[in-house]
Amino acid sequence: MSIDIETARKVAHLARIRVDESDLPALAGELSNILSFMEQLNEVDVEGVEPMTSVTPMRLKRRADVVTDGDMADKILKNAPDAREGFFAVPKVVE
Amino acid sequence: MTANTLTIAAARDALKKREITAVELTETCLAAVDAADALNAYVHKTPEIALEQARAADARLAAGDAPSLCGIPLGIKDLFCTKGVPSQAASNILKGFRPEYESTVTAKLFDAGAVMLGKLNMDEFAMGSSNETSCYGPTVNPWKVDEVKRTAGGSSGGSAAAVAADLCLAATGTDTGGSIRQPAAFTGIVGIKPTYGRVSRWGTIAYASSLDQAGPMTKSVRDAAIFLQAIAGHDAKDSTCADLPVPDFEAALTGDIRGKKIGIPREYRMDGMSAEIDALWTRGTEMLRDAGAEIVDISLPHTKYALPAYYVIAPAEASSNLARYDGVRYGHRAALEAGDGIVDMYEKTRAEGFGKEVQRRVMVGTYVLSAGFYDAYYNRARKVRALIKRDFEMVFAEGVDAILTPATPTAAFGLGAMVSADPVEMYLNDVFTVTLNLAGLPGVSVPVGLDAKGLPLGLQLIGRPWDEAGLLNHAYVLERAAGFVAKPNKWW
Repeated sequence: MSIDIETARKVAHLARIRVDESDLPALAGELSNILSFMEQLNEVDVEGVEPMTSVTPMRLKRRADVVTDGDMADKILKNAPDAREGFFAVPKVVE
Repeated sequence: MTANTLTIAAARDALKKREITAVELTETCLAAVDAADALNAYVHKTPEIALEQARAADARLAAGDAPSLCGIPLGIKDLFCTKGVPSQAASNILKGFRPEYESTVTAKLFDAGAVMLGKLNMDEFAMGSSNETSCYGPTVNPWKVDEVKRTAGGSSGGSAAAVAADLCLAATGTDTGGSIRQPAAFTGIVGIKPTYGRVSRWGTIAYASSLDQAGPMTKSVRDAAIFLQAIAGHDAKDSTCADLPVPDFEAALTGDIRGKKIGIPREYRMDGMSAEIDALWTRGTEMLRDAGAEIVDISLPHTKYALPAYYVIAPAEASSNLARYDGVRYGHRAALEAGDGIVDMYEKTRAEGFGKEVQRRVMVGTYVLSAGFYDAYYNRARKVRALIKRDFEMVFAEGVDAILTPATPTAAFGLGAMVSADPVEMYLNDVFTVTLNLAGLPGVSVPVGLDAKGLPLGLQLIGRPWDEAGLLNHAYVLERAAGFVAKPNKWW
């Protein structure tokens, strides 16, 4: 499976990573190489095999649905690049 | 010999006998750290915290209340969140991030009395096998036999170099595809990746959550047992962390493996494997046979598909985990131009903050999870992963206790040697280690010899799930038989 420039542009956008137009051909080439490496998986007979969901057979523990902590807005905002009046601030999202 | 060269076990005894104080030991380590900037192992030094913890440890020692790691100076990989101390996974996107909380692993180490000397270099978000993807620049291997500066391996390269160069007594590492075992082999130290679920992942910055596992990087197998004891065990904050009793790992080091069955997997004898690695493997096999173990040939038929499966699954999980770095809650945010919207902010922030290899893996992961390709890549890889695990299960069901393999295909290579290589070539470094992560099994790298140039080489032992105790005992036998005592000549 070879990745063309249009697909590379689309993947970069889906991943929310800005890639310069001039870098797209190289990116497409790299992604194609990696994907062709993965194509080896097509040699394996996986008929009737369930995809692995958990590497160790275990039931995930459940805990009571109760509040166990909170009241730490200042700590949560402490590392924000832009926090104002108790909120994370971002560019406006309304078109 | 200065105190920074001690093992944990030796320092523990000296501290308990009050032959040395934790403050003296810590000061000796801090001086060694400051004299080793050329190795670029420490990226955030924390001498004030270290001395404060050392003073507290001395008080506990004086009071006769000394837990297992009381007063032991350690280095901490930059991947672990440490409260108030930069924790940026060697990425520019987490520049300036100081967590408001402590990871479970470091919290347990501090409860056990350990001292933190600083944060250690690594590949960005643990994605790499040479430490060259780090935003701080690469760690340099303390082993230097000619003009070439070599990699200390990756991703836990800073941890490996710091332990090998005696810049700490031991260090934390994490292992997603070989990131503890490959750097341990490249620097002549011991590194163990525990069974998936043995150690809590809470507060460890995630790369691929179904594969990531933290573990010790130490100067001896006994130290690995002591260290693992301190960090293992159930944690309510990580739902994949197993609620199983933790055995006494140090007590398991009996040195007796008579009658144990050691498997030698034929699929690990790869084309192009160096003759030296092959000879080392044979020697290791003989050492275990001489110790009374039974050697059996085994087959793990899906071995060759482990790397391609890993390079679907790990990037897929990474693309999801790393979605959180969006310039909103922590770390870097790109400077915006007038009229830039929120998507521009995301895209510019992530382009500036992530290095090339991280961008590549996030995009590969995005692709294999995207509509139309999910079944062909991601689901197929998860099925192959189930088959890889089944290979191991069948071998263990036949009574095999542990499996012996090489740890790496070569000794440490030169920094920059892989710059022009295809990314896939770098991925081949993980060929012997990655299968275990896919199968969730424990594995340990033990230094066994030097190559013709004088660089360390390691062998890997693979254990049954949850049998780190048995695995460490096998490693202990191998360590004693190999008698590896070589240290790098100090040039830094």
